[in-house]
Amino acid sequence: MNLRRLFFSVILLAGCSISVIAQQTVSGVVTDSASAQPLAGATIRATGTNAATATASNGSFSIKVPAGVETITVSSIGFKTQEVRIGSTPINIALVGTAGSLNEVVVVAYGTRRKGDLTGAITSLTAKDFQKGNITSSDQLLVGKVAGLQVTSGGGSPGGGSKIRIRGGASLNASNDPLIVIDGVPVDNNGLAGSSNFLNTIDPNDIESVSVLKDASATALYGSRASNGVIIVTTKKGQAGNVKFNFNTQASLSNVPKTVPVLSAAQVKKIITQYADSTGDNNYVDLLGNANTNWQDLIYQNAFGTDNNLSASGSVAHIPFRISGGYNNQEGILKTDKFSRVSTAINLSPKFFDDHLAVNLNVKYSHTHNNFANQGAIGAAVSFDPTQSPYATNKYGGYFEWLQANGNVIGTNGSAADPNPLGLLNINDDISNVDRMIGNIQLDYKFHFLPDLHLLVNLGLDRAWGQGHHYIDSTSSIAKYKGGIFTDYQQGKSNVLSDVSLLYNKELNKDVKFDVLVLHSYQDFFSNVYNVPNYNQSGQVDSTTIPTYKTDKPEYRLESYLGRINFTLANKYLLTASLRRDGSSKFSPSTRVGYFPAGALAWKLKDEFFKNSNVLSDLKLRLGLGVTGQQDGIAYYSYLPVYYQSTSTAQYEFGSNYYYFLRPTAYDPNIKWETTTTSNIGLDFGFWKNRISGSIDFYEKKTKDLLSVVPIAPGANFDITLLTNVGNMTNKGAEFTLNLIPVQTKNVTWNLNFNISYNKSKITNLLKNPDPSFTGIDVSNIAGGTGNTIGKFAVGYAPYSFLVYKQVYDQKTGKPIEGLYADLNRDGQITDADRYYYKKPAPDVLSGISTQVTYKQWSLGLAGHASFGNYLYNNFYSNSGVFRALQNPLHYIQNVSVDYLNTNFSNNQYLSDYYIENASFFRLDNINIGYNAGKVFHDAASLSITANIQNVFVITKYRGLDPEVSNDQGIDNNIYPRPRIYSIGLNLNF
Amino acid sequence: MKNKILIPALAYLIIVFAASSCAKKLDLSPENALTPANVYSSADGYLGVLAKIYGTLSITGNQGPAGSPDIGGGLDEGSQVAFIRGFFNCEELPTDEAIVAWNDQTIHDFHNLSWTSSDPFLRGMYARPIYNITLMNEYLRESTDDVLAANGITGADADNIKETVGEVRFLRAYNYWVMLDIFGKSTFITEQDQVGTSLPREISRDSLFLYVESELLDIQNTLAPAKTAEYGRVDQAACWSLLARLYLNAEVYTGTPRYTDAVTYAKKVIDAGYSLHSNYSQLFMADNNKWNDEIIWAINCDGVNTQAYGNTTFLVHCASGDDHDQYGVAGGWNGYRATQGLANLFPDLSGASDSRALFSTSSFGTSESQIQISDVSDFNNGLHVKKFINIRSDGAATSDPTNTFSDVDFPVFRLPEMYLIYAEAFLRGGAGADAGTALQYLNAIRARAGASALTSGDLTLQTILDERGRELYWEGFRRTDLIRYKLLTSNTYLWPWKGGVPSGTAVDDKYNIFPIPTANITANINLTQNQGY
Repeated sequence: MNLRRLFFSVILLAGCSISVIAQQTVSGVVTDSASAQPLAGATIRATGTNAATATASNGSFSIKVPAGVETITVSSIGFKTQEVRIGSTPINIALVGTAGSLNEVVVVAYGTRRKGDLTGAITSLTAKDFQKGNITSSDQLLVGKVAGLQVTSGGGSPGGGSKIRIRGGASLNASNDPLIVIDGVPVDNNGLAGSSNFLNTIDPNDIESVSVLKDASATALYGSRASNGVIIVTTKKGQAGNVKFNFNTQASLSNVPKTVPVLSAAQVKKIITQYADSTGDNNYVDLLGNANTNWQDLIYQNAFGTDNNLSASGSVAHIPFRISGGYNNQEGILKTDKFSRVSTAINLSPKFFDDHLAVNLNVKYSHTHNNFANQGAIGAAVSFDPTQSPYATNKYGGYFEWLQANGNVIGTNGSAADPNPLGLLNINDDISNVDRMIGNIQLDYKFHFLPDLHLLVNLGLDRAWGQGHHYIDSTSSIAKYKGGIFTDYQQGKSNVLSDVSLLYNKELNKDVKFDVLVLHSYQDFFSNVYNVPNYNQSGQVDSTTIPTYKTDKPEYRLESYLGRINFTLANKYLLTASLRRDGSSKFSPSTRVGYFPAGALAWKLKDEFFKNSNVLSDLKLRLGLGVTGQQDGIAYYSYLPVYYQSTSTAQYEFGSNYYYFLRPTAYDPNIKWETTTTSNIGLDFGFWKNRISGSIDFYEKKTKDLLSVVPIAPGANFDITLLTNVGNMTNKGAEFTLNLIPVQTKNVTWNLNFNISYNKSKITNLLKNPDPSFTGIDVSNIAGGTGNTIGKFAVGYAPYSFLVYKQVYDQKTGKPIEGLYADLNRDGQITDADRYYYKKPAPDVLSGISTQVTYKQWSLGLAGHASFGNYLYNNFYSNSGVFRALQNPLHYIQNVSVDYLNTNFSNNQYLSDYYIENASFFRLDNINIGYNAGKVFHDAASLSITANIQNVFVITKYRGLDPEVSNDQGIDNNIYPRPRIYSIGLNLNF
Repeated sequence: MKNKILIPALAYLIIVFAASSCAKKLDLSPENALTPANVYSSADGYLGVLAKIYGTLSITGNQGPAGSPDIGGGLDEGSQVAFIRGFFNCEELPTDEAIVAWNDQTIHDFHNLSWTSSDPFLRGMYARPIYNITLMNEYLRESTDDVLAANGITGADADNIKETVGEVRFLRAYNYWVMLDIFGKSTFITEQDQVGTSLPREISRDSLFLYVESELLDIQNTLAPAKTAEYGRVDQAACWSLLARLYLNAEVYTGTPRYTDAVTYAKKVIDAGYSLHSNYSQLFMADNNKWNDEIIWAINCDGVNTQAYGNTTFLVHCASGDDHDQYGVAGGWNGYRATQGLANLFPDLSGASDSRALFSTSSFGTSESQIQISDVSDFNNGLHVKKFINIRSDGAATSDPTNTFSDVDFPVFRLPEMYLIYAEAFLRGGAGADAGTALQYLNAIRARAGASALTSGDLTLQTILDERGRELYWEGFRRTDLIRYKLLTSNTYLWPWKGGVPSGTAVDDKYNIFPIPTANITANINLTQNQGY
């Protein structure tokens, strides 16, 4: 393994003068960039002509090039085709393997490896594999593309974040997010004030590849942060040679594919009138208006967006570089929502001292600007009375509001109970600016006296600064009681990394190769938090919001040592063994150090048993075992006994003076990370020169010392629950990936990629002293009532399993009978003990499929993903599908879901299994059509044009708006609709 | 060229390795937190903890009104771990004095007398006093003579802190009394039990009674004399008041009557110089801190500085609907009202013949049909109590300009309770009392309310119970009173929706005590369940 090869995977002769002779003979050698071995049988064609030849067994070629042709095209199956400008001959060309090719170089933890030599469960994607279309945030590139990886966007907000899960997540209360590493720098993905998604600060156009590390043998090098998998993002590098430009631009139009089905104005009117007629109670019928307002239509819009990226790559003064600039501007389909980003990425990769010192410098900077719409308008529009017209003459900005007799809005704490959605959107000034710079410099020094020994240094810095304000004018129904609510905020974050390592790489003879890495790593995460009070329209400070502390500086550090050995025997047996030692400031001196070992073995069965087979091109067995940890999501100082001062609104009066509180916090001095042991067995296969290739993996993850908030004896500590290491859970699963090239002819290529994965999570223990009467921990708060929960962490069940009453249905009509549940324990009464476990939010099976057909210059692609066995709690139906919601007890009318027509429930039946719905689905994410126009502008440039439709359709039985919900709890409450996006793009190379 | 890069690179390496061998850099501490040593190094630190100890009865966490709760566990901060709200739910909601319209989890089980050991409200109500006691024990450990000296606290500061020890022990006894009354027994921890070391023990009802009694007797002379402590702090009279209340219920708690002691301590309070405030309704208004001639000890609430959703803010909001302006708040919570049972105690509901009949008449009225509760979830039904209101008697503005949070202090002990204890203990055979004085006390209370005087023939236990209902309703006494009169679970006295039935029904006697929350028994094997659960 050699870091240099990543950065110099393409070696081109630098600097050239274009010859203008009539015909010339060009010669050179073609090699495999990964192995540096000569490549036989590669095709060399004078670009745009029929003149062609093939390389000899030593990789050499010689071709006569007609006049006027300035480049040759070099291609070979399994490699990326390259177009090389003819300079001085001979030309040496190193071809880079494509996905599916065993020679492809894959970025792994602390290095790179040939795909054929991988020992762990790793999937690598490059630009051609990514989701296509108008993609604002890089997490969306991966949707449906990797077996065992689930990426679920939080909704349709531009630039919004996603839930990312690899193999289901290994934790209950700590984070289940994977570790994200950008160009070798593990980044803090916990967000920043003013940023809706920390990953949207990276321009997807600048991303070269993404590696998804799934099993412990692949991730354990990241030690205490690796239990949920690792995603390594590598950005594009400069390619030596003449300076080439690439311009990529897209324009998109987004619309709302579907709104929440609610009652019409006529239906609302009818139901309320009937009630008044039958009861004589005219309290509500008097409130009805005469309008027919579709509130959801009023808050959504067709949204435009553009995405532009211009990059230049080549060499200047023998220094390979790449520089790019991007501008993205995206409106939200919710009115007033807007995201824009200006970004730049610079990469320099010079070499010094006869190539003994390779330097790779990356600087990525972005400025994002958000206009956040008040997303409360979504729920408000769904439930606002359709018989009212949007506007009225009142003191709330001219928007109709439900008023009391005294002219104030109905509601508690002075805020409106059901505010006008347009008022929420329009009387709202919520903007933020986020600046982020991620820079790192990597040095690879090959010792002069011992070239097999490398000194590798990676110094990284990730700095981010978010600031913004949220101003709600005093005319707003939600802010009038305070005379307007004005908030300013800012936060800074920085993350410093220093990795220093020695790599010894030795090929003893043809059969024995090994490399050894030892590394020291130090990383510091630091935040600057500023707390400021709110103020009102006239600038008066809201005394109840005066912070106790004006600033805070949370910080955590990690210091690590690691060692790794890769050993290859006879090019058939591959062994990897590693050990990482992590020390974390989050834990006490006695518990802060942990060791994370891992080992993996790969056996190239193809070379052992089928060496001469023409059918079988790859067969490799992989076995991996490793231990990882998880400490993300744990408070920084939770092992320390500390007292905190209260806020100004939490004081007590003695005499006539008020005194702040000092309160001790509950703490566990022995807290430490969660530990996950993962075993993985995998088989990689390929047939017919990998026209059919794929892999199959089986895994088991066992997590112990789960960080759980568990009940503790009252009086034993300063709380009744404590975050401590108790509990175990397991994840078991299988993954299957298949890549097919069913057709590959001169004019037509058809690619088909399919993946499917199965995962089952189960909690196996939650208590220090197992107690059969312990029923578990209530989780998953729902909207409606106070403190109602629908889910459980319970032994023997998947996390967040739903615990519900079994609904009884009318046998004649099939309708649920209100409040009637099965008496499951047959004690004659319906109590909490009659609730039963029914389904869970996490899917059993995830699948992704994508296909691309290329015919001459045209291409057509489809990509979709599916999820099976995932259930949702339809909280919108349970909270809003009842008569009580229609005639709100606070004396106003709300619209309700059409489910009311099915149930006719008068009161909420929150805990009925009626509201647990199968949310399995298939979503066609993308249809794209491309046309490669080839040379344009008198051959000065090459052009391709694409057209995309994203979020084409969803097939599901789920009755709510969208079966894909990004919370782990599986609770659906009117998400921001995911838009359907139509876009056209243009890509110009010159 | 070669050296220009190589040397700095190597120099950097050496620095990094040297720096990294220093393990200290992983010892980080939070910017804004104080270590226990910092806290207990100054008198101000002690005062901050003392404020917290008192404050736990009023508000729920370190941030008002919510956001940094003392007690987690998935319990709702506003409704489930607040002392006053939880106490109210346990002591009033199971009785004829209160019924709730909301659907929050198991909240209906209170009035239905059908609660279970998995009830989250009960989990919160068990946790609150024990949490408070855990804090107090920590304070007491830091306040012994030796520790004060070791912490460098001397002179007047040390003397002041030593004087607070009695107060804190009183508050601990008060919290244990709450456990004694509601759960019948308790997790038992004292300053001897360090935090985080071992599982706490359990104490039986008999032993807990003796402990509370002995603590109160032990500290009574260390407290400030009656009426001399600064407002908000407890004094001798508070201690005697709790003793009187404890002795009145001793027969329920231990099986052994202590009515003579009840008379003795009620008398001590009565003789300490308190007097009835002229206007009953003003005792529950936003400026009721002025009436400390009658109010012996109250839990302080303030609309700006002491905010919570579970102190008197709850009492003023939960009872109001569209008529919330008359409660001095900007919105009603449309939740709690009383049943016919409370209405029956008053000859008329307008307040004309008894000014303690503080009921809403604007939005809801007090007609027969209005008071009938046909649908528990419909707040419009029932008798709407307008006793606690966030309006000042002097007409000035309350402190919260948004009219959300209440200034009303919650009276824990008022002089009339002592009058009533005196009379009842006398009727139950307590020595040292006489009928004439008892009647005189009762008539003093009634006279203040403009109610007609009783005669010696009226002096019966039922009269006392009814008078307690009229005088003390919604102040957290009713369940204890009904149990003492054996009326809570029996079919002797039924009220609407008792036992979950519109006309009321008897329930199992186990409902005289609340169950120990199962979660606590799971977490602490030393705890045992109450009979019947």
